[in-house]
Amino acid sequence: MAVFGGRRREDNPALPPGQHLTESFPVLSAGPTPSMDTADWEFFIHTETGKTHRWNWGQFLALPSADITVDIHCVTSWSKLGTSWRGVSLDTLFAEVETGFDFVMAHSYGGYTTNLPLEEILDGKAWIAYEYEGAELDPEHGGPARLLVPHLYFWKSAKWVRGLTMQREDNPGFWEEYGYNLHGDPWREERYS
Amino acid sequence: MTSPSAGWLTGSLTRAHPLTTSARSITFTVPSWPGNDAGQHVDVRLTSPDGYQAVRSYSIASAGPGEMIELAIDRLPDGEVSPFLVNDLELGDTVELRGPLGGWFVWRPDQPQPVQLIAGGSGVVPFIAMTRAHASAGNSVPMQLLYSLRTPEDAFFRDELSQLAATVRTTWHYTSIVPPGWSRSAGRLTAKDLQRETLPPEKTPLTYICGSTGFVETVSRALTSLGHAPDAIRTERFGGT
Amino acid sequence: MDHLDGNVLAGPITGFFDFEPTTAQGQCQSCADIAALGQAMVYGQPMGFVARCGNCDNVLIVIVERAGQKSLNMRGLRWLRVADPVEQNRI
Repeated sequence: MAVFGGRRREDNPALPPGQHLTESFPVLSAGPTPSMDTADWEFFIHTETGKTHRWNWGQFLALPSADITVDIHCVTSWSKLGTSWRGVSLDTLFAEVETGFDFVMAHSYGGYTTNLPLEEILDGKAWIAYEYEGAELDPEHGGPARLLVPHLYFWKSAKWVRGLTMQREDNPGFWEEYGYNLHGDPWREERYS
Repeated sequence: MTSPSAGWLTGSLTRAHPLTTSARSITFTVPSWPGNDAGQHVDVRLTSPDGYQAVRSYSIASAGPGEMIELAIDRLPDGEVSPFLVNDLELGDTVELRGPLGGWFVWRPDQPQPVQLIAGGSGVVPFIAMTRAHASAGNSVPMQLLYSLRTPEDAFFRDELSQLAATVRTTWHYTSIVPPGWSRSAGRLTAKDLQRETLPPEKTPLTYICGSTGFVETVSRALTSLGHAPDAIRTERFGGT
Repeated sequence: MDHLDGNVLAGPITGFFDFEPTTAQGQCQSCADIAALGQAMVYGQPMGFVARCGNCDNVLIVIVERAGQKSLNMRGLRWLRVADPVEQNRI
């Protein structure tokens, strides 16, 4: 009798529970890939006072950037180790932002949303990435720029990100509204709520 | 016989044979299977000893009443379920099945319109069911198949399609390698090919397209530009897991 | 991401309704287009099934399946219409 094993779940300390390794880069999105010209692109951070901080593509690229090598973990159970990115730290983008709220809602071109606690995207934990493996970020992987929050499940790393809106409560984003975890820590297997 | 049965049924593998070097026909006996229409699909669920489950949707190559269903599975290189079904599953082994499913991408013998089927690669599977249903009903409605595939070795059910040629004509199209002596060169299906090889809008056919997303997009766009009404085109794209 | 057709919704919707969902007609709340669910464009797998209007991309239905439960949200459908199976069988 043949026994179904599923994907090999290897005993690798870099793998969170229930994850398997992949060499490819599977594409998952809740909608079509928006066609985005960097001439029309902007990134914003909107706060509770009504103030909106904005960067166009040129201003964004002029910010100090960092090379980032991280492991990424998709809730659908694949993990990819040692991926390399280039992007702007959220610490840089939040340098001039004053807010008393503890949560953000990330908004994407195309309408996708995902919620995050502010403390999970500061202190060197998150970036707006615009290069992957040394090349400009492919549209199907979120180009021109995506959120990169590698220590949470990858649906939190919103593709085609266009801005962050501060929020008082941790209101759910797109997948979170339908039962995915508000927080999404792969090491605690926070897949569903 | 088209209403979905809730819950999962158990099917045991009764027959199996290779279709190509990467694909296999597998026939399950499924007690209390209600029969299925041509073009319907079934969800297959596998469970590992530690409780992990994987579900995939497959088109059914067989049609009609009875407790046997035939699937034709292509092994995806990075797949999780298809390599198991193609390489590992042995006669007598069981899987869980949910279905029959779907009512949109089906053909029933009482449909009056002429039918054009257009398959890309393993997208031919629901059309095997339709050509079989057409033959077994002795149906006189015109039905023809345009089958686009990479190389001659990739063909599913070539002998059967040739035997059915009297009732359903199959036009073969090769995108990468053609057989020796073939009059056409290899290449992607173009609007010109479609104009030459498919039923024209004047015959008001119902056209079914099944294949990868790219194939379905290209073909359906070309057909619309040739004057087919969007409502007269039914599509089924298959995913990559 | 490559999307699939609404046909694929037949399995996950099983258990919510006792009618065949892919032939049911629905109207998009956003653009008022009327189409069979089988004609929708389905994204989001394997996290869930996100069925979008083939005309305007509006999200019609979201289904998330997980061990032991599944949820269905029909956020973008104004209505859903099915043929009465009894009437259909009389034809």
